[in-house]
This record gives sequence, C-alpha cells and structure tokens, in this order.
Amino acid sequence: MKLIKNSAQRLVPEVVNGQKQIPFKGVGKYKPDGRIANPPIRSCSFYPEDGNKLVKTLKEALKKAGLKDGMTISTHHHLRNGDAVANLIFDAAHSLGVKNLRWFPSASFPCHSHLLRYLHDGTIHHIEGSMNGPLGKFTSEGKMKGMGVLRSHGGRYQSIQDGEVRIDIAVIAAPTADSFGNANGVQGKSACGGLGFALADSEYADKVIVVTDNLVPFPCVPWQIQGNNVDYVVQVDSLGDPSKIVSGTTEMTKSPDRLLIAEYIAKFMDAAGIVKEGFSYQAGAGGINLAVILFLKEIMKKKGVKARFIRGGSTKYLVELLEDGLTDYILDGQTFDLEAVRSMRDNPNHVMTSPFTSYNYHGKGNFASIVDAAILGATEVDVNFNANVVTHSDGYLLHGIGGWQNCLFSKCTILAIPSFRDRIPVILDEVTTLCGPGELIDVIVTERGIAINPRRKDLIEETMNSGLPIRSIKEIQKEVYEICGGPPAKPNVDKSKVVAIVKWVDGTVLDSVYKIK
Amino acid sequence: MDKKAKIGTAGKCGDKVRSDCYIEIELTKAGGIKTSLQSKVDSMYGDSINDLLIEMCEFFELKNAIITIEDYGALPFTIAARFEAAYKKLFPDDQREFLPEFNKKNLYTTTKDRMRRSRLYLPGNEPKFYPNAGLHNPDAIILDLEDSVAPSEKDASRYLVRNTLCANDFYGAERMVRINQLPRGLDDLHFIVPHNVHVILIPKCESAQTVIDVEEEIKMIKADRNISATIYLMPIIESALGVLKAYEIASSSDKVCALAVGLEDYTADLGVERTNEGRESFYARSAVVNAAKAAGVQAIDTVFSDINDMEGLRASVMEAKSLGFEGKGCIHPRQIQVVHEAFAPTEKEIEKAKKIVLAFEEAEKKGLGVVALGSKMIDAPVVKRAKHTIELALLNGLINKNWKTE
Repeated sequence: MKLIKNSAQRLVPEVVNGQKQIPFKGVGKYKPDGRIANPPIRSCSFYPEDGNKLVKTLKEALKKAGLKDGMTISTHHHLRNGDAVANLIFDAAHSLGVKNLRWFPSASFPCHSHLLRYLHDGTIHHIEGSMNGPLGKFTSEGKMKGMGVLRSHGGRYQSIQDGEVRIDIAVIAAPTADSFGNANGVQGKSACGGLGFALADSEYADKVIVVTDNLVPFPCVPWQIQGNNVDYVVQVDSLGDPSKIVSGTTEMTKSPDRLLIAEYIAKFMDAAGIVKEGFSYQAGAGGINLAVILFLKEIMKKKGVKARFIRGGSTKYLVELLEDGLTDYILDGQTFDLEAVRSMRDNPNHVMTSPFTSYNYHGKGNFASIVDAAILGATEVDVNFNANVVTHSDGYLLHGIGGWQNCLFSKCTILAIPSFRDRIPVILDEVTTLCGPGELIDVIVTERGIAINPRRKDLIEETMNSGLPIRSIKEIQKEVYEICGGPPAKPNVDKSKVVAIVKWVDGTVLDSVYKIK
Repeated sequence: MDKKAKIGTAGKCGDKVRSDCYIEIELTKAGGIKTSLQSKVDSMYGDSINDLLIEMCEFFELKNAIITIEDYGALPFTIAARFEAAYKKLFPDDQREFLPEFNKKNLYTTTKDRMRRSRLYLPGNEPKFYPNAGLHNPDAIILDLEDSVAPSEKDASRYLVRNTLCANDFYGAERMVRINQLPRGLDDLHFIVPHNVHVILIPKCESAQTVIDVEEEIKMIKADRNISATIYLMPIIESALGVLKAYEIASSSDKVCALAVGLEDYTADLGVERTNEGRESFYARSAVVNAAKAAGVQAIDTVFSDINDMEGLRASVMEAKSLGFEGKGCIHPRQIQVVHEAFAPTEKEIEKAKKIVLAFEEAEKKGLGVVALGSKMIDAPVVKRAKHTIELALLNGLINKNWKTE
C-alpha cells in the first residue's frame, strides 16, 4: 500500500478500495471542478398512476431494486441506537446470497453490531460512514475486507454530489409515510424528528425504498422526503425500539467537573462578546453541551438578549429557549428527545435542516460559517489545537465524525473536553488521528482552564481581564502529565496497514487510521 | 510461613469502577516476580505500571510472588496505595512505608482563623474524586476515613488517604482529614500527621479528654518525625452528650480552631427524624455556636444532604449564617459556590463595613485610641467583624481590591 504525505504532514493512501484519492491540500485550498452527479433519467410512465408503490416485504423491494453483488446500500441514523432497519436490509441481502456490498450509513450505532456477522461472511465488503463501538473495534483489528471511509455529514453529501459515492439503493426508515413515498419523521410511534440526513440519498440514489411502520393515506404531510424520488414503499410492524430512537428526556450531566466546563464556556462566550442581541450558536446533546444551554440561558435573561437562531442537536432544553422567547428559531439537524420532536411538529419556528443547508461543501455557501459559536467535543487535542474525534489514544476507532468537521467553520469554535479521562490525558503533543486542523479550532475549555488559540488575538484580548482561568495549552498539558505520571506511550499500531481513512469536508484525505498490533 | 496468608488483595474491581484498581499479591516459593496486568490504559501506561510494581517489590524486598492487577485508569499514587494495602495484609508487622514523592504544590500552611465557609467531604476510599476536587474552590477539602468508608476498607483507605495527601494537588484548599472515633482514630494519625495535614476532624466528640488524647498523639508523632507546622483540630459534636460538653470541648486546647455540629447522628441520638426546618436540632446548633464563640473559635454547621436542591441549600446556609455559623459542610462540589454566595455579605453589610474600616484606619493614623463613626463609638470586636465582612466581600468578588481608593 503506497502512502503519501499530505499538507498536514499525515501519511495517507493514494488509492482506497480501488478509487484514486486526493490528499488533503489545506483548508479551503482544494478546488473541485467538473459537474455535479446525476441520477439516471426516470419517467413517471413507468410508475403506478394511482401512486401506490407498496411492496409486500423489504426483501422483495430489494429484489425489485435489482440488488446484486458489489452494490452500495445507504441508510440513515435518524433512529439512532433503536434502528432495526439497517439490520433487516442485510439479513435480506444475506438470505439472497448477495456479497461484497458497500454499506454507506450516515452513522452507525452499537445496535448495528448485528452486522458483524455479515462483515465476517463477506455480505458486506466495507463501511463508508461511521464505525462506532464494536464495528470500530472490528475495523481497527484489520478484520474488514475493504478499507473504511469516515466522512462528516457535509462530506457525505459532497461525496454523493460529486459522484465519489454512487448509491445503488437507498433505504429510508420513515416513522410516517404514504404509499407514494412521501415521508416524515415527526409523526408515528417511531417519531424521531427530521429526516434531513436522507435527503441527498433520496435525490441521487438510483433506487429509493421507504420503509415505514406508520402508513397513512396520501398525502403524508409534511413530506420531509418527497415521494417523487421514491421507487418502493414497504410497510413493517416496527422500525425498531422507540425508547432508543429518542429518549423520553435528555438528562443533564451531574458531573461537577463537566458542569464546571459548561459554566466556563458560557462565561467565556459572554466575556468574548458573543452573547448579544441576535447572536447564534451551535448546541448539541452531549452532557456538557446541555449544561451550557442552561448557563447561557441565565446570562441571556440577565442581559435581556435573545438569539436569532440556535443550531442543534435539539433537546427539550433548546425547546424551552424557543418557547421562552430566548431564540427566534431552532435550526434542527438532529432531534434527540420527545419534547424536541413535538416542537418540530407543532412549532413553525423549529425548522428541520439537512446537511445540504447546514454543511454542504458543493453548495453556494452553507450555514456552518454563519454561526457565531459552536461548542463541540473531541477525544484528543494537541498543543497545536488539532483535534481527533474518531479514535482513542489506544488507537482504536470508536466514533464517527458526524457534523463535527463542518461545525469547525463557525466564527468561534469551542471544544469542551475534560483535561483527562481516568488516567488518559486529552492534550497530547500530536493527536492519534487528525480530524480537525488546529487553524479552525479557537478555544479549548477544560476543567483546568481555558486555552485560546494564539491565532485568535482578538479573543485573547477580549477575555484577558474576565477573571476566567485563561491558560496556555502547554501549561494545562504539563499539569495533566504530572497527574497521570508522564506522557502516555503512543498507540501500538502497524503503520504499514491502513484500515480506514478520514476525509476532510472537501473530499480530500486528511489522515489514516491504522491496524492495532 | 505456611500458616500465614499467602494471598493479599486490595482495591476495587467491576464494570463501574473508575480511576481505581484491584491488586492481588500471591506469595510463591520460587520463580521471582511475575506480574499480570489488565488495564484500560495498557497501551499508554502499561510499562509505567509494571515499573511501579517492580519498584515496590524491590522496596519491600519481595522476591517471589505473582502480582495480578486489574486497572481501571488508576493514577500512580492509587496503584501504590493498593499495592501497599495488599502487601500489608500479608506482612502486617512491616513498618516500612512506600511514599509517593511529595507534591511541592502542597507545601503551604494554614492559620487558626482561616476562612472555612465550605469544606468538601471526599470519601477516603474513592480515588476518582481527588484530582479535581480543588478545582471547585472549596475553602477546605476533607479526606474522610470515618463514616464514608466501609469497615472492611478501613485499613486500605489509610494508605490511599496518606498517598493522596502526598501526591494529589489540593489547589490551595485547606487540607483536612476526618479520623475515625478513638482508639482507631489515634492510629489513623500516624498515616496523616507526617504529610502536611492542616486540620484533623474528630468525630462524635463527647469530652475534652478525646481532644487532648488526639493532641497528645499528634505531639508525639510530630516530635518523632521532627515536624514543626501546627496541626489544628475541629471536634464534631454529634450527640446529646456532646452538646452538653460543647464548651469544655471547644476550650480544651488552643489547637481547636473550630467546633462543628453533625446532625445525622445527633437526631438519631435524640430518636427523632431530621427535618428540613430543623426545629429538633435548634437547641444543639445554638449551643454549639454559643460554645464556639465563648471559646473564641469558629462555629461550623452540618452538611446539607439533598444535592439537587440548591435553593434549599441556599436557605439552609442563610439560616446557619443568621444563627452564627461561619461554615457549612459540602458533599458535592456544586454546593460550594452556593455556600459561598450565601455566606457573602449583603450590599448594606459591605457599605457599613467599609465605613467602619476606613474610620478605624483614620483613627489609627491620627493616633486616636477611640474610633468613632459619626456620633457612635466603635469598639474592637465591631472592627474585627467589619474586616471579616470586607474579606468575604473580596473573596466573592463583590468589591475591588482597591476599594479604599475608589
């Protein structure tokens, strides 16, 4: 396997699963050309005039869609850890004896460890999307036949648009649909919120199958997915486990250290002049992120200001801000609890977004860079503010990128991270896997202090006299190394065997993930 | 040898364990030292853990043993404490101690009248709480060897608390340890007195003699180890008898810096339920405040045990403040800020204190023996209280350091 050095000084393969790759050239440096990909021409003459596209079983729909060896099958993670549909697809593929499929999910979850058997027996050749938990471990141990490809949500949209990934069959799990294929995620017993992640697939895939457990008579309104793009509709008893699709309520962290980090972030945003009338920010559903919402809420109330919009990761805490008049809009990329699903269904100011609006590289602009501040996590950072979200310090691949890379383009990107986890230091000399270049990461907030990227002289000046514990990143690193007993040893990996690559938002290759020895 | 135990164990294991480890030492007749490590940080710190185990074997002259360790990300001082606890189960008479290097950040001292608004209790056998406790800015951190430690873990927790005093950064918080009831508590002292502990909490104190016994033991250890720093004492009144003896206890030694009240045991002793209103303990709390003030030491209130009820905590601290208490126990770091805010002086109190302090300084400058504010004479205790109010206001960021010139 030939590896070449990209502009971030990372070794990356030139060819991945038979496809030639472009190494990372720097942020905003790669200019793609050519034309956006198209699905093949179809004609309404060949679809039922009464609009009824119902097919009895998923297996039959896959057969009708022409499922065969080597195809690319896409799925979406709206149902999160409650999803049963991705597993059903490959059960069917296996029973049909189909081999070497490329699975192209927008994300995977521990519930998908069911698919390990199909990775073993060759039904699935490799995964392009995210490899979480057991699937990540499998990949890291070099057991997957092909090479994994990790993309951001925006990068996934880009790869579909520029033809890097041609989807043969997209299967969209829809909590509500009609027999024409119109579908949404805000109604039905498996309601999950918006279906934005499936938008590109519905428009660009050769064949599109909608699977639902709540079939309604035409028209299904709202149609987040348009039936005009859909080939077949399948009714099933259940899409999965509703209790794992959305939580009843998202729980606030009780960890005092995480709450301290959240408090520092809110105070930092205020000190930096970000919290003012008409501001915007990107929230999430992680423990620290939820707590930030509450601390910000107090500051906003005290100052008498409201946000113009908040991007989420929506939860009941964001919904409360919307309903209390502390933000005009929620621009929702993913809906995490029942309160947020209700709000999206009933409140016109709670708006579904997709990776196209929020993150798309081939669009004529996107929302990510308009946002005043984004609060994100990371598994590791380094002293140059580079960050990792996919591997742990032992080298194992355990998480996907999600919208993380795309959000880095906000005006002030803040990483909220504990300075160490148990004995594992989080600030290293060099990250295990590069997922986000340091030039896009402005602030790192830990329970031991706040490190501001030296590039952001403006932020340093604004917050100098705030009374907040602003420290250099090396100083925090040194303190943590003292606690943990020195710097950790590097992961024990085989640098000649790449098991997965990390793509940048523009489709170039940012870094490699190596096989664990 | 054959009749003695061959296997010594210490620590915790299981899915929920974090930042701790389980160590088993099995003595063998031959074969040298064999270690077997299972660790979530193996690839990062596996070698470093092995080196530590070998170093400890050499220190204790252990020649033949199988050492098994299940590690859940324990810090080095925890691993060392677990190893030593397991070793001492096999060799209880071995007096040697394997001490982690003393963290230079912990060399600071304390004073008798230091501010003690908040004191954060940390269970003496839960290492995961230690490294970050000081980041939440409590006035004091208490490592507890008493009620929060299960009877079976009492010995092991001594090594852990000792090592924590040595290695863990307390970030400037006053370093306290709550020992067990005597006589065990006297043995506890040997593990903590040599390691710059600032205040010893004496639980369930019912007589001056208990305080004196502790003081004598400390004196002996200090002389033995050539230690000069003063170690203060905080007796805790937790029984009906203790309340009756409160003044005797508070005035038993000039090392007593504060008198605390503990209501869980006190209400149990009365045979009544502990309520939020606290009418059942009003007498005890007032008696403790009165005894403390009579003896010239601080009065410190009990803990507030509902960690989710911040408003309840705030009200409870306001009430404690009004009764004359100067501090409150905390069982969760998030309580600290609320306690500090509630003990903070009001704007009116600050303004009055400012005037008094300025008038006092003016009088001093002029060499006047008597301080007057308007037509009112001000005596020394009032000035002292005003200075205390200013200090509290400064700590809470309510006034500027240069308030006099503003």
